[in-house]
Amino acid sequence: MTTGAFAAQGADLELVGIQKRFPGFTAIEHLDLKIPAGSFFALLGPSGCGKTTTLRLVAGLEEPTAGRILIGGKDITGQKPYQRPVNTVFQSYALFPHMTVLENVAFGLRRRRIDEPVAKAHEALRLVELDHLAARKPQQLSGGQQQRVALARAIVNRPALLLLDEPLGALDLKLRRQMQLELKTIQEEVGLTFLHVTHDQEEAMTMADTVAVMNKGRIEQMGAPEELYELPKTAFVANFLGQSNLFTGPVIGSTSDAIAVAVAGQRIVVPAARAHRHAGEVTIGIRPEKLSLHLSAPADDPARNSMGPGRVIDVSFSGVSTQYLINVPRVGTLIVFAQNMAFGPVAGEGGEVWVSWDIKHGFGLEDEPGDLPKFDADTTTRSIAAQRRASLITELEEV
Amino acid sequence: MAFAAFATTTSEAEQVPRRKSPVALLLLLPGILYLMLFFLTPLVSLLLTSFQAPSEFGDVGQYSYAFRWENYVQVVTDYLPHILRSFGFALIATVLALVFSYPLAYFIGVTARRWPLAQSLMLVLVIAPFFISFLLRTLAWKQILSDESFIITSLKAVALMAPDAHFTGTPAAVIFGLTYNFIPFMTLPLYTTLERLDLRYLEAGSDLYAHPVEVFRRVTIPLSMPGIVAGTLLTFIPAAGDYVNASRDFLGGPDSQMIGNVIEANFLVLQNYPAAAALSIILMTVILIIVSIYVKRAGTEELL
Repeated sequence: MTTGAFAAQGADLELVGIQKRFPGFTAIEHLDLKIPAGSFFALLGPSGCGKTTTLRLVAGLEEPTAGRILIGGKDITGQKPYQRPVNTVFQSYALFPHMTVLENVAFGLRRRRIDEPVAKAHEALRLVELDHLAARKPQQLSGGQQQRVALARAIVNRPALLLLDEPLGALDLKLRRQMQLELKTIQEEVGLTFLHVTHDQEEAMTMADTVAVMNKGRIEQMGAPEELYELPKTAFVANFLGQSNLFTGPVIGSTSDAIAVAVAGQRIVVPAARAHRHAGEVTIGIRPEKLSLHLSAPADDPARNSMGPGRVIDVSFSGVSTQYLINVPRVGTLIVFAQNMAFGPVAGEGGEVWVSWDIKHGFGLEDEPGDLPKFDADTTTRSIAAQRRASLITELEEV
Repeated sequence: MAFAAFATTTSEAEQVPRRKSPVALLLLLPGILYLMLFFLTPLVSLLLTSFQAPSEFGDVGQYSYAFRWENYVQVVTDYLPHILRSFGFALIATVLALVFSYPLAYFIGVTARRWPLAQSLMLVLVIAPFFISFLLRTLAWKQILSDESFIITSLKAVALMAPDAHFTGTPAAVIFGLTYNFIPFMTLPLYTTLERLDLRYLEAGSDLYAHPVEVFRRVTIPLSMPGIVAGTLLTFIPAAGDYVNASRDFLGGPDSQMIGNVIEANFLVLQNYPAAAALSIILMTVILIIVSIYVKRAGTEELL
């Protein structure tokens, strides 16, 4: 593309009825999405949910089976990747090994015949604080530095839309935090539209203005991070974004502002405005940190739901808070996060406890309880290791 | 493939901490002895021969040790056209082989990645000519391209060739033979680099506004330089010294003799051993100089 000029600012991205089928499977069922100009949008989902495919469709590296892609109101579905005002920060960074850092950053500028490519490349490298390494080759840099070069190489072109494909995945936790903040700052500084794909819910929530949770080729829920967290619409969102305690039961009463659900013989009240279904079998939930732990049966309070007695089956202390697993007969296992207001855990393993929560904090899901996948977020070290391994294997196979 | 090792430079070895171990030296001993015996000895003998002078009262072909450096001046003045022609032919054949092999290697190594079976089948086809002696294959080409052959008579019939023109015996026939015989040596190292080519770099290139032609020029070609360097060396070096294709018994003629033919004639027919040895030394030196400049300029160290 020889426009010779930068996009003035970020443009909005619109996906209309996008579908992508590969031989043998469907990566994206049906996708409608509108990302406003200048926003930081995160596409969050587990591996294989179609989020990377979405990104590649926008970049032009894949062609949609159906649907249209618009950037700034202009249909770019038929355009080749090099014609699109879009740049990508790849998961593997894909820095050209035969060029210096400076030449890598200047590559896009040179292809578009923009004036003073070297000066602009230096400027972009200064933004990511790597100008002193401009003469090095990419393989002489650390992972974090390579990531920043990849970012500089993309933003130096001032694309209308910047795509980030899990760019922080290869970094260690501390560097990740640092890069998250830097990315956010840079986005605000340059005012581009960012589309960030990630499977890390914390990353999505801390960085993005809007998060879309994707599962099995569809967007399950979209909204501001707080909204998604406090009021998840489906069991998938409730468990992918943090952890949730979910209960299923029939609605036994409803008023204009609340519904009452019978869960294992106990009456649980949920605000009607926070429940998606108001009749029949419903699934309701509560976040673990909203639960209070009691060592004796709490007094009846119309403003609180209570449940118990249950038995503590596991206590894990993590400094700031303590996680309790409580087995309540006929309900199942509840997770409680309690702030460490006292020294050490308040209840020991095997102890009898009750839990209660403010009825305002409950939420009701949209899912049919019948097809509700009954799973708790598995956050043990072993399963995280297994997931890491699986994703590594798929990554290696791609190579 | 073994050919990839050809392009490996010392950059990787430098990073390994050096440790002197008597066991390592012991293990190197057979190799060192082998090289001393079968490489260094003939080389020294060749060097000594190249300075020999004819024996004063001897027969034709009898020489004694001397330091007659005029031998070199003599052969250069006598055979300069042959020397130049050798390198010219080798250069043209190398370029042609590269032009034919690159698309072939790209197809096998990149396009056919999705079908590993087809990939190996095509590789076997590239190597298949090696199952027949290259003398026989070159002789076969002599037949195919002879004046009475179907191809030449048809070309003459449609007036694409003059009625009294020949193909065998011309420089074009020699270059054709060289190109044909060295295509597998070019294709295999190219294949080994292209097979490992990370396509994500190409995607990154097109994402950064590079037209496919630009991506090829600025990303694909530089990344396949190790293969190009290895392939061109494996073609150029033996082609410059080749004496089969240019031989009058095969595709060559009087105007297309290469330095290899001259060396052969001097050694076996004229029995002018010093001249043949001097020519060999010149050939070797010139190739060494060309190759070292080429490898230096190609600068492929960081890609390995």
